Amino acid sequence: MNQLNNFSKGFLRENPILVLLLGTCPTLAVTSSATNGLGMGLATTFVLFMSNIFISVVKDFVPDKVRIPAFVVVIASFVTIVDLLMQAYTPALSNQLGIFIPLIVVNCIVLGRAEAFACKNNIFSSFIDGLGMGLGFTMALVTIGSIREMLGAGSIFGHKFIAEGADGILVFILAPGAFITLGFLIAILKKINKSS
Amino acid sequence: MAKKESTFKNMTIALFVITAVAGLFMAAVYSVTKEPIAISQKAKINDAIKMVIPEFETISDTLLMPEDGKDSIRIHRLLKGTETSGVAVETYTDKAFSGRFTLMVGFQPDGAISNIEVLEHKETPGLGTKMALPAFKDQFKGLKIADLPGEKLKVKKDGGSVDAITAATISSRAFCDAVNRAYATQKKGEKQ
Repeated sequence: MNQLNNFSKGFLRENPILVLLLGTCPTLAVTSSATNGLGMGLATTFVLFMSNIFISVVKDFVPDKVRIPAFVVVIASFVTIVDLLMQAYTPALSNQLGIFIPLIVVNCIVLGRAEAFACKNNIFSSFIDGLGMGLGFTMALVTIGSIREMLGAGSIFGHKFIAEGADGILVFILAPGAFITLGFLIAILKKINKSS
Repeated sequence: MAKKESTFKNMTIALFVITAVAGLFMAAVYSVTKEPIAISQKAKINDAIKMVIPEFETISDTLLMPEDGKDSIRIHRLLKGTETSGVAVETYTDKAFSGRFTLMVGFQPDGAISNIEVLEHKETPGLGTKMALPAFKDQFKGLKIADLPGEKLKVKKDGGSVDAITAATISSRAFCDAVNRAYATQKKGEKQ
């Protein structure tokens, strides 16, 4: 039961973007379409649970004073590996997300979970935590991306549902739309969490 | 197992081991993925060449420095038997709205533009990105830059003939700039 709780907290109660407000920089930058959000979310999820597992394995060998540099090296290595693998085997996705993948290194969610969770808990809990948090992050990215894409471009996952050549509400594709959408989602989630 | 103390020796060993293991891992992944990455990049360029000049058998590449630009441009001369079936030029512009973008421009043997493909760009979604759509780039098909005044493409706002994208004049201008550079460079290449 405890593990289930551990897993589900990433979705609503402690959603990394909508509640903890971590990693808003990549969130705002990549969510101009639902597909981008999904790709970025899954790549981050992979890095997150791999680094969580690895950090909880090595936590006893790493002295406290050098834990942050050690964690950063681990995270950066996994990001590089993901980047290389995507370039090699999913070139189309890598073209779309190319410049955002290296940004996972500075995504505070990954270091945040390493610091707040993985370095205090066992391997299995850390794995569950990483997976839950990553999927929560993905869910939030896809939600924001879908809303922005639907309003801004009149399409969803690249499938257009308004007339060919017609434009959506352009501001939602641009940076301000990201802030507006994120703001409303945070407000809605606050309301839900308060009433339950 | 007890937590290691933060002594100088422990810290040094811990960081050394972690960085060494991470380095080894990355080296391994790099060597495994090196070939597929090179293949996929080459495939991307070849696909773009096929989009602009569909019929050819062999490619001969040359690198040429443009008159006005920082980096050299790759010119793919496409041959069918011994005859030139067209020239595909990998060109770029630094006048774009955000960063550099690269295009593949195809010229037929008579100098007319056959097609243009956008390779990489960072333009604003919904505005500058429209340059990759047929509505904009198809107006270049069949154009002979040699017949234009000053042998240069210009948007209508600058007294030229190109219909700019609404609200993305800078991207449209940059697009013309890239095509002009492609033309000038391949012309220079012919002379040599």
